[in-house]
Amino acid sequence: MPGLRRGLGRGLRGGLRGIRWGVRRGHGGAPLRLPLLLASFALTAYAGIRLLRGDWFGILLWLVGAAVLHDLVLLPLYALADRAVRAALPAPASWINHVRVPAFVSGLLLLVWFPLILGREERRYEHATGLTAGVFWPRWLLITAGLFAVSALWLAIRVWWRRPRRRRRAGAEDPRKPAAGPVRPHRP
Amino acid sequence: MSHRPHTDRNRPALWRSPLRGPWLTSVFGLVLLVGIPVLFVTGLLSYAAYNPDLSPVNDETPDKGLLGFYLFSWPTRPSWLYRVTQGVHVTLGIVLVPVLLAKLWSVIPRLFAWPPVRSVGYALERISLLALVGGGLFEFVTGVLNVQLDYVFPGSFYPLHFYGAWIFMAAFVVHVALRLPRMARSLRGRDLRAELRTPVSATRPEPPDDTGLVSPRPAAPTMSRRGALAMVGTGSFALLVVTAGQSIGGPLRTSALLAPHGRDPGRGPNGFQINKTAVGVGIRARDIGPGWRLVVRGATGRETVLTRQQLLRLPGHGAALPIACVEGWSTSDQRWEGVRLTDLAALVGHADRPPKVLVESVQRHGSFRSVVLSDTQVRDPRSLLALKVNGADLSPDHGYPARIIVPGAPGVHNIKWVGRLTFGERA
Repeated sequence: MPGLRRGLGRGLRGGLRGIRWGVRRGHGGAPLRLPLLLASFALTAYAGIRLLRGDWFGILLWLVGAAVLHDLVLLPLYALADRAVRAALPAPASWINHVRVPAFVSGLLLLVWFPLILGREERRYEHATGLTAGVFWPRWLLITAGLFAVSALWLAIRVWWRRPRRRRRAGAEDPRKPAAGPVRPHRP
Repeated sequence: MSHRPHTDRNRPALWRSPLRGPWLTSVFGLVLLVGIPVLFVTGLLSYAAYNPDLSPVNDETPDKGLLGFYLFSWPTRPSWLYRVTQGVHVTLGIVLVPVLLAKLWSVIPRLFAWPPVRSVGYALERISLLALVGGGLFEFVTGVLNVQLDYVFPGSFYPLHFYGAWIFMAAFVVHVALRLPRMARSLRGRDLRAELRTPVSATRPEPPDDTGLVSPRPAAPTMSRRGALAMVGTGSFALLVVTAGQSIGGPLRTSALLAPHGRDPGRGPNGFQINKTAVGVGIRARDIGPGWRLVVRGATGRETVLTRQQLLRLPGHGAALPIACVEGWSTSDQRWEGVRLTDLAALVGHADRPPKVLVESVQRHGSFRSVVLSDTQVRDPRSLLALKVNGADLSPDHGYPARIIVPGAPGVHNIKWVGRLTFGERA
């Protein structure tokens, strides 16, 4: 952390006033920032001592790992998947959302309910609830199929709706002029 | 001394979405600013509902120290209190997942802000942000896994989720305090209604500023801001639909297609949600057969032993009460019949103002085999040692021969297969 070293070095040379707390730098700085942060860290330490009782390494791994896994794996992964679909889709750019939205919703349902969908604790679940555990993955698949079907239907209606409209408008109006009525995405 | 403006290297060109910007981030931030305090408060209420101050057997987070300052005796009225608070806690938490992901997506360029450390205050803030993101994700992940009985986290759910919440909230408060003015400015900077009327073709990146969120090299938009908000909203709505029914119950239960308690386990009087089956916790036929006895003991040492037949001959009472679980599901009101806890207390010398009671199950393994109910809970006339439900004998999975049912208490405090009641004593 060279910036920190630099800041501390200058602080030692120029007295306390020389330390750049970032108060006047304009990136979210406020005079209350330091006391607020220190109070927050004190509470974090108080709760943290209790949290880390037991498997402290595992818990720390989960806390930091959650942020790292999300920021450096999950998010880049779905951002890249989105770019890949955009690059691979041999269709007008406006169609991307008819893939993007159902994929997003289906992926979310899987992300939240994956232990049930993948049957990770089938025996425990059945023992606890008296219910069968095998229903979740077919349900998720059917919901996903339904989402894509609705999206495809929506796209078909859009395409169908736009054709006669364009013919009707041809020559009468500049098609590039923003429409006044209900607006639909219009991309090349 | 002049500083080189950190604008160029501060906004990495890697992230090219034209939608990222302080306004969109602030909209997601505003939703979380409303939602997360609700999660925190309902979470604390759930903790208080266990009456952890009553007895070590109730306390799932020992040595909580000052973090238990809000403890109070959990009321029995209204009887649906825990149903609502915990249903809101779990359902809202699940519904906020897409908003949380969207918020994190919107600020990702800040993760790669350069230089990473500019001042001491800035460095401390980055550490606080790690606690915010790590703590927040930790809370959501442990909660989501726990409601699905997937106990892969390193330790007992209760202390992890409880202390994790305090760490998350400590960072959350700092984040809100430091960012609130900027959020308000950003929200005022663009008109929401105008934004909701703007199609993709008219979508432009937000003007570059010092937040580092706006892409310096934005790609052509393929989605409008209203589209992005609609997509996140659709995600939340979808999660609400496949989840909320397990808490609301009635005909809506069948809509909870992916939630663990979206189906009834059977038909008839006993065909409602089960938290632990008799087989699942190792209840044997002889534990609950004709040889079963209920031992009732008073603080004075008086003791009485009752068979189920003798219990059935005591004055019977009924109460319509739900079962509401910490995992966010609940049943609608069931019609319970049995003996009042006050009447059982009277049998062993507590005729008026009966004290708290230690309830013990014949269950030999698994958690929540015993619990201490407060005197308020004991004295409520609807608190029963239930023998029947909806006109039929309890099924083994619902606690035959006898179970506790207390208005407003967390489900696990309605102990099943009760074997012993000890009034006025500590566990």
